[in-house]
Amino acid sequence: MAETGFAIHPMDQFIVKRFFCDPAHADCTSNIGAFEITNVTVWMAATVLVIIALMVFGSRGRAIIPSRIQSVGEMIYGFIYKMVEDVTGHDGVKYFPFVMTLFLFVLFSNLLGLIPMSFTTTSHVAVTVTLALLVFLFVTILGLVRNGIGFLGMFWVSSAPLALRPVLAVIEVISYFVRPVSHSIRLAGNLMAGHAVMKVFAGFASMAVISPVAVGAVTAIYGLELLVAVVQAYVFTILTCVYLKDAVGGAHH
Amino acid sequence: MATEAHEAAGAAGHSAGMPQLDVSTWGNQIFWLVVALVVIFLVLWRVALPRIGAVLAERSGTITNDLAAAEELKQKALAAEKAYNEALEKARVEAGRIVAEAKAEIQADLDKATAKADAEIAAKTAESEARIGEIRAGALESVTEVAKDTAKELVAALGGKADARSVTAAINARLKG
Repeated sequence: MAETGFAIHPMDQFIVKRFFCDPAHADCTSNIGAFEITNVTVWMAATVLVIIALMVFGSRGRAIIPSRIQSVGEMIYGFIYKMVEDVTGHDGVKYFPFVMTLFLFVLFSNLLGLIPMSFTTTSHVAVTVTLALLVFLFVTILGLVRNGIGFLGMFWVSSAPLALRPVLAVIEVISYFVRPVSHSIRLAGNLMAGHAVMKVFAGFASMAVISPVAVGAVTAIYGLELLVAVVQAYVFTILTCVYLKDAVGGAHH
Repeated sequence: MATEAHEAAGAAGHSAGMPQLDVSTWGNQIFWLVVALVVIFLVLWRVALPRIGAVLAERSGTITNDLAAAEELKQKALAAEKAYNEALEKARVEAGRIVAEAKAEIQADLDKATAKADAEIAAKTAESEARIGEIRAGALESVTEVAKDTAKELVAALGGKADARSVTAAINARLKG
């Protein structure tokens, strides 16, 4: 394959496989059970460890004048705390740990996925759909618990003319249920497309004629992907806050 | 390695399309995702976030306290400067008062001495005038005497018998005139 120069398999990096398994002797990809240790397990564990290193070990000194790592942790804390407070209002602050969990998981999954030969857990729709459904169910249940049936009032746009309200209500309901879809596909799509493109250019690098261009392109796209990784984590989190506001901030829309 | 994995995947009959859509792996992914999220949530909720929040609160408290202390010290410095200026002003006023007092005292002494000297001069002048008057009176008396005598002699020499009383009266009248 390699001798043709066009044996590019940009999607191979996304294959889920057993971690303690030698593909030369065994089938590592079929019939994977839910509790088996796979590359997904390993890279999620890495994400968890990085988060613990940053947020727990980084702040173990509890220093008034922070160390570098503590300072990074504090900056992320302040950034997300302010985002939750600004978007959802004062009542939403108690859901800050939930939002922080989502942000840190998505951010570090995205960033660890940029390590060459690594596996990007957030490029899988199974992962992002689960995250988005978690947010969707959390917001819906929270809204119903906090506001009772009044939560449904957010679909009834009282500022519109009466004749238009039923039509708007239908549109609002549809848009509400489309939220988890756009929320999850946006993240997985961005990550998957970026990594696939990088892989394609890396494949072109095996052709001597265009390899300088290809290597340059991979470098440039890597920089872009770094930006995408952070921006998508930010977008995912701020959308979570916006949805949370519907549940926390009453039945206004 | 990726190529081998791909071959294995191909051999296993996976579609050449997106591994993301391979539903058979979803259970595994979702299970480990939930585990990871629960661990992250518990660590953040129980340990990391309270700790960082406490550090941030403590820091802002320290900064507020330091600012307050600085403000207090500044007020103290201002008060000290004010007290210093007041003392300086007071000393200046005191000095002015002492100078004025000394001046007044000297002036009083001077006036006293001047008055005394004036009085002495006046006394001496009066004495001199008295003596001058005396001398003048003496002279006048002598003139009267001489005039009387001369008149008597003249009257006698002219052959008249001078009546001493009338001569004296005539001379007194003349001298007054």
